[in-house]
Amino acid sequence: MSITEIFAKAKSEDRAVLIGCMPAGFPTVDDSIASMIAMHEAGCDVIEVELPYSDPVMDGPVIQKASDIALAAGVRTRDTLRIIEAVSNAGAPVVLMTYWNPIEKYGVNAFARDLAAAGATGMITPDLIPDEAEEWIAASDEHRIDRTFLVSPSSTDERLAMTVANCRGFVYATALMGVTGARTAVSQQAPDLVARVRHADREMPVGVGLGVGNGKQAAQVAAFADGVIVGSALIRCVLESSDRATGLARLRALSTELAEGVRNPEK
Amino acid sequence: MTAPALPDLSGHFGRYGGRFVPEALVRALDELEAAYRSAKADPEFQAEFEDLLLNYAGTPSLLYPAKRLSAKAGAEILLKREDLNHTGAHKVRNVLGQALLAKRMGKPRVIAETGAGQHGVASATAAALLDLECVVYMGETDTERQALNVARMRMLGATVIPVTNGSRTLKDALNEALRDWVASVDHTHYLLGTAAGPHPFPEIVRDFVGGIGIEARAQCLDQIGRLPDAVAACVGGGSNAIGIFHAFVPDEQVALYGFEAGGDGIATGRHAASITGGSSGVLHGARTYVLQDDDGQTVESHSISAGLDYPGVGPEHAWLHDTGRAEYEPVTDAEAMAAFQLLCRTEGIIPAIESAHAVAGALRIVPALTAELGRTPTIVINLSGRGDKDVHTAGAYFGILDPVETLVPGEQE
Repeated sequence: MSITEIFAKAKSEDRAVLIGCMPAGFPTVDDSIASMIAMHEAGCDVIEVELPYSDPVMDGPVIQKASDIALAAGVRTRDTLRIIEAVSNAGAPVVLMTYWNPIEKYGVNAFARDLAAAGATGMITPDLIPDEAEEWIAASDEHRIDRTFLVSPSSTDERLAMTVANCRGFVYATALMGVTGARTAVSQQAPDLVARVRHADREMPVGVGLGVGNGKQAAQVAAFADGVIVGSALIRCVLESSDRATGLARLRALSTELAEGVRNPEK
Repeated sequence: MTAPALPDLSGHFGRYGGRFVPEALVRALDELEAAYRSAKADPEFQAEFEDLLLNYAGTPSLLYPAKRLSAKAGAEILLKREDLNHTGAHKVRNVLGQALLAKRMGKPRVIAETGAGQHGVASATAAALLDLECVVYMGETDTERQALNVARMRMLGATVIPVTNGSRTLKDALNEALRDWVASVDHTHYLLGTAAGPHPFPEIVRDFVGGIGIEARAQCLDQIGRLPDAVAACVGGGSNAIGIFHAFVPDEQVALYGFEAGGDGIATGRHAASITGGSSGVLHGARTYVLQDDDGQTVESHSISAGLDYPGVGPEHAWLHDTGRAEYEPVTDAEAMAAFQLLCRTEGIIPAIESAHAVAGALRIVPALTAELGRTPTIVINLSGRGDKDVHTAGAYFGILDPVETLVPGEQE
């Protein structure tokens, strides 16, 4: 199923889409595949695979640490593609989240081709704005990969409209001015940002990320957004568990809780 | 025909530069650019900046004919004495300009990244002078190596935050400063320390330090009645180099040489030479030359000089390299330290180890320049900083920190 279809289906069920994020190769290639499949089985509609990068400036301490562990274990860009292939073969829709340099190094067109071949439906680019994305837009059009750019509470209306116009699939609204990581309360800026996106484009699904960590917060965000994106809280399930079984059990439990949240929006 | 002014309107130097940043920062970068354009056109702002440079920073710095070094080198060498500036380096020019800009934008807080601590100290200095809150991010490894600079920043009222993630050095301090800025951008200016990062930083920093080249060019004409044959500078992020190059770029008869930190040698992989030993990529907000592996992961840099120990370089240098207007060569730790010692012994000047790379490189190009010109060449070297901060490193390198040895001269083993 394409991202657009997933959002449409969720909308018809009067709920939000749950997007769960996990770095590729954390703590090992096989472990990350197991984690992602478990997340999907327990209720994550879409798996957001993050390509580990040495300088992740949009990410808080949890994703930084997980990325460092994956890189220290030797994960390569080709492993990330392999992981995507395994997870999408298991039936989970996959989008890739990646900083730009690894893609530029791989070759933009070649990467879009191989990403599509691996079964991913879209790609989120936290440090690539449409202004710099000419090559990516051409490659993603050619290989039919959905493009997700970010919008922020600081985006002007003009930039917001321009950014959304360049997205396909969904747009990623960063709920607050800051980096990734669970927060104690849902950002007050998020509902306003989503409303501004809808004003620019009534059709484009909006996923909200940054700061969502439990079922209650997922329910709060589901009330005003089309998608709820959770990363750090899920990663912590693995990071803080001493063995693989415990980590998977915690991941399943949290995914289930979040999936319930997006099905019960706090209206 | 005049070349078009760079960067272009979208912040690019050819294919380099630009803005590879989270959308959250775009508005702040747009505001910074607008504030800079208005400040640049405002005589009052320019007068205030000039006044601080003249009466506080101690510029224009001297252009000093280094006679004994010249005799050793076989060239006429003129040293642009940025080491004599307040806080000991060219960096004071940039921090004063940016701190004034922060004031103008009504931002009461500045953040900065620092490697060895020189930019941190300069930022803390400007913040104290202009009554701004100052937070400096510094890799934990560096806070341990440079405890004295940490103390200096604290004396000046700054908060120093040791960065404990990644490689715990300058690049991670920069990441952390960017993360702070994403969250604090409405009241905080990021006082970036070199002519790198997303547009408009490379242009702003270049312009604020551009006085180095403007002065050196005028001083040359005044003191020797003509332009030099070559200008030499060290290149890490590249602010001192772009500062002295920029005014000379239109003078095609003046060769421009940037000397990167070659560390143990390019072949060893242990170096910080992004242009001569790296490849095109995107790092810290701009497309430029980067030290990276086959997957585009940043590779850690190595140099005896903390100020050059950075895996990227300003995008304008990438452009000057590709167009052939400037030449870039690596200088190893050993070559730099030999030049360091030579300058100490011939001129009584202890340079920053960064600047010693420029001296070493200049010495190297003399034979080729002499052959090409058929006469003794004149070379301006940007002596970008003084070596007080490097006494420990250099002392250890030369093995002269042992008190017994210094007390009993002539009785070495």
